[in-house]
Amino acid sequence: MRRYFGRKLLIYGLTFFVAVTINWMIPRFMPGDPVQSMLSRANVAQPAAVEAMRAHYTAMFGFDLPLWQQYLNFWGALLRGDLGISIWLFPTPVSDVIIRAVPYTLGLLIPSILLSWFAGNRFGAFAARRKWLDNTVLPVGYVLTATPYMWLAILLAWALGIVAGVFPVAGAYGFDLQPSLSWGFVGSLAEHWFLPFASLFLVAFGGWAIGMRNMIIYELEADYVNYLRALGAPARLVRRYAFRNAILPQVTGLALQLGVLVAGALVTEIVFSYPGLGHLILQAIQNQDFFLLQGTFLFIVIGVLIANFVIDVAYVLVDPRTRTGMGEAA
Amino acid sequence: MRYEALHFALRNRKLVAGTVVILVFLVAGLAGPLMFDHGPNDYVGPPMAAPSGEFWFGTTTFGQDVFAQFLYGLRATFLVGVLGGVLAAAVGMVVGFVAGYRGGWVDELLTMLTNIVLVLPALVVLLIVNAYLGVRSIGVQALFIGLTSWPWAARAIRAQTFSLRSRDFVDLARLSGVRTPRIILREIAPNMSSYLFLTFILLFGSAILIAASLDFIGLGPTEGVSLGLMLNNAARWSALQLGLWWWFIPPGAGITAIVGALYVMNVGLDEVFNPKLREM
Amino acid sequence: MALNVTDLRVYYRTLRGEVKALDGVTFSVADGEIMGLAGESGSGKSTLAKSLIRLDGRMRHVGGTVELDGAAMPLSDDDAMDEFRFRKVSLIPQYSMSALNPTRKIGRMVGELLDSRGERPDRAELERRLELVGLSKDVLDRYPIELSGGMKQRVVMVVSTLLNPSLLIADEVTSALDVSSQKAVATTLLGFRDRGLVTSMMVVTHDISLVYQIADSIMVMYAGRLAEKAPADVLVTAPRHPYTQQLVSALPEVGVRYEDRRLAGIPGSPPSLLKPPGGCRFRDRCPLAFDQCAEQPPFAEVAPGHLVACWKAE
Repeated sequence: MRRYFGRKLLIYGLTFFVAVTINWMIPRFMPGDPVQSMLSRANVAQPAAVEAMRAHYTAMFGFDLPLWQQYLNFWGALLRGDLGISIWLFPTPVSDVIIRAVPYTLGLLIPSILLSWFAGNRFGAFAARRKWLDNTVLPVGYVLTATPYMWLAILLAWALGIVAGVFPVAGAYGFDLQPSLSWGFVGSLAEHWFLPFASLFLVAFGGWAIGMRNMIIYELEADYVNYLRALGAPARLVRRYAFRNAILPQVTGLALQLGVLVAGALVTEIVFSYPGLGHLILQAIQNQDFFLLQGTFLFIVIGVLIANFVIDVAYVLVDPRTRTGMGEAA
Repeated sequence: MRYEALHFALRNRKLVAGTVVILVFLVAGLAGPLMFDHGPNDYVGPPMAAPSGEFWFGTTTFGQDVFAQFLYGLRATFLVGVLGGVLAAAVGMVVGFVAGYRGGWVDELLTMLTNIVLVLPALVVLLIVNAYLGVRSIGVQALFIGLTSWPWAARAIRAQTFSLRSRDFVDLARLSGVRTPRIILREIAPNMSSYLFLTFILLFGSAILIAASLDFIGLGPTEGVSLGLMLNNAARWSALQLGLWWWFIPPGAGITAIVGALYVMNVGLDEVFNPKLREM
Repeated sequence: MALNVTDLRVYYRTLRGEVKALDGVTFSVADGEIMGLAGESGSGKSTLAKSLIRLDGRMRHVGGTVELDGAAMPLSDDDAMDEFRFRKVSLIPQYSMSALNPTRKIGRMVGELLDSRGERPDRAELERRLELVGLSKDVLDRYPIELSGGMKQRVVMVVSTLLNPSLLIADEVTSALDVSSQKAVATTLLGFRDRGLVTSMMVVTHDISLVYQIADSIMVMYAGRLAEKAPADVLVTAPRHPYTQQLVSALPEVGVRYEDRRLAGIPGSPPSLLKPPGGCRFRDRCPLAFDQCAEQPPFAEVAPGHLVACWKAE
């Protein structure tokens, strides 16, 4: 088990290293003077601030230094938590901008991922043993999982928000409210949260349900199932065992799907102008705020790595083979 | 055996339905644009017109023909799907075959590389690359999609190769001095061709979805149209608030139909190739 | 008589039509008898073994009856068969290595299985029987992946016989093992019968020479029908059916499967069971074939306990 976690952590460490290196390298591939082009937008918006920023970034990039020195300096700044200063929200540090946005993204992602995973697996296992359900509901699952996240978000916003007028379609809370711990604010928060959550949940749900259904069908062909049936074990026991075994690849699948789910959350936030990381990315791109973009990128990578590790721990809890140290868990 | 596969293929409703949907959209994308004498982005009609006999899918806020955009957009969608899918499948196959066949430190190294790329969230990497480099043709978009979405395919192919590598016919080839690339091409790949094809279909679908997301965020091709770009424009120019449903429903429906059809095809093919899954 | 099979027909549904894998077999197995069941792949021996415990989705019970201890077994009624399974008839499958649920500790799995069948798990008895096959009770707290292949097989042997079935079907249990393990398994099976844990046994095998060491009788199948059944030593030393004769004369040393060597001495191959020819199915490959073979010979008793389906065997 120690070897299992050691390997995983090594991969995550390397991944983080690669991500930081990409972050460092990419501006150096930009045509022309990166500081100049990164500040070109700020030039127009806040002429007063530009000189200060130019000095800051020239020092940070340190183009007169040898490459390895530049690289080390970059890591140094990163480890001090210095991600630069946002151009879009000058002069707020990028890390502050991100930390303000993160709770919104997590508030969407965590419930939608967990609920869709549990509900989808239950439902998929349930559908696998009922022919009529399998034939009627499964196509819906395929449509859902093939739906681009932003399109379902747009459809829900249009149908339930604009046409029916039941839910608001922009922001995280009413424009007339200030964040506070009042019922009115929390209610508004929930109201604004529901549609983006629902669109994320539905697309992911379809994927899990189909995955589980297919896994169960494979499991029901397995040797241990045939043996149990030959010994007259009732369908109840067989299904319970099949579910228990089919859930393992679904846990691995959760790790594999994280990137897709995060991407889904980003575009969904954009549809609903939800002030999370997706919204930041859109603003960063539209305002050419490269520091914000890079900072958000690193934050998302770190988040995904942490989530992966959590899933690894969960996997060890559900799969006895990793615990006994004999299994070669992928 | 071939005959039997064909027999099941023609009788598999999922496979037939999926293929028909794909072919319909493919033909619409290839032939459809020929019926217009205007480009997809030309201002040809009254702004915000609802669907009518003249403009089947209505017009945008600026009076562009949504139907024309849709048909041209299908081309972009198929193109990015095929290019991205082929590239990802190619990288995945090379990495998977080599890692699975060679084993040892080559395998360790490639597996580590695979796992690293696997953990990195592809779309977010693409965002940053596209935003900085600013090169946004469909070809470049497909290139980057291909370069980021191969890992799971590589992993799956590696596992398959691993199990084939110790089979008799591979041993025989190795003992008779056949060189590695040739063993992989002649002995291993043909024995998992159905599996490779399934992998390609899934990569095709996911490339389409990734491209649509990039386009929607505003990092799509700067010239031309694509279905994702249509969604982006519709959202940007308040099609929702203005109630221009004909602007944002077709592109999303098109993507969903194509990707859904690919997935359904995939299941159908799986049933054809894998006798255990055939319904009795 | 423990097992009475009368004119049993089980067909496989395939694309091209029904494969008559088991086409009218009649035989019986006595109380306490260990019967070896031999034949090439496609002879119907596996179909016969499966039919007695559980038909798979493509198999259809077309006709004939099976009686076990005087009770008719409802082969085609999957639910009703549950009453017989495990208690009356049990199976040691070919896939013993993967027959145990990988995500349950073995003890818990056995407990849950017994529970689900309404039997009370008897831990002491279970441990005693594990000891019998040379396993410590610790295996009950292990996951299958922690055991070696041979250990898993022994666990399966214990589990399958836990309810003292009247008939135990051992399906190719030795084919995945090396020679010394094969012998150990054979001895264990013999021990089960001698201690009265199972009443009768049907040992399906590729390997006549191995089953010869433990079986009281051996039955040979060819192309969906019975060719010969005789006491083990008689069948090996004085077979009457020309197919058995060639099978036995080609017999290699213990442990080498004759299927691997191909029946070099017998030209041709078994007939297709899609549309099998009338008459004796071996006649195209039979050196003794003559006109009468166009008619199916009866499976007739030529000596006490020795039945042969051949016109020339009188």
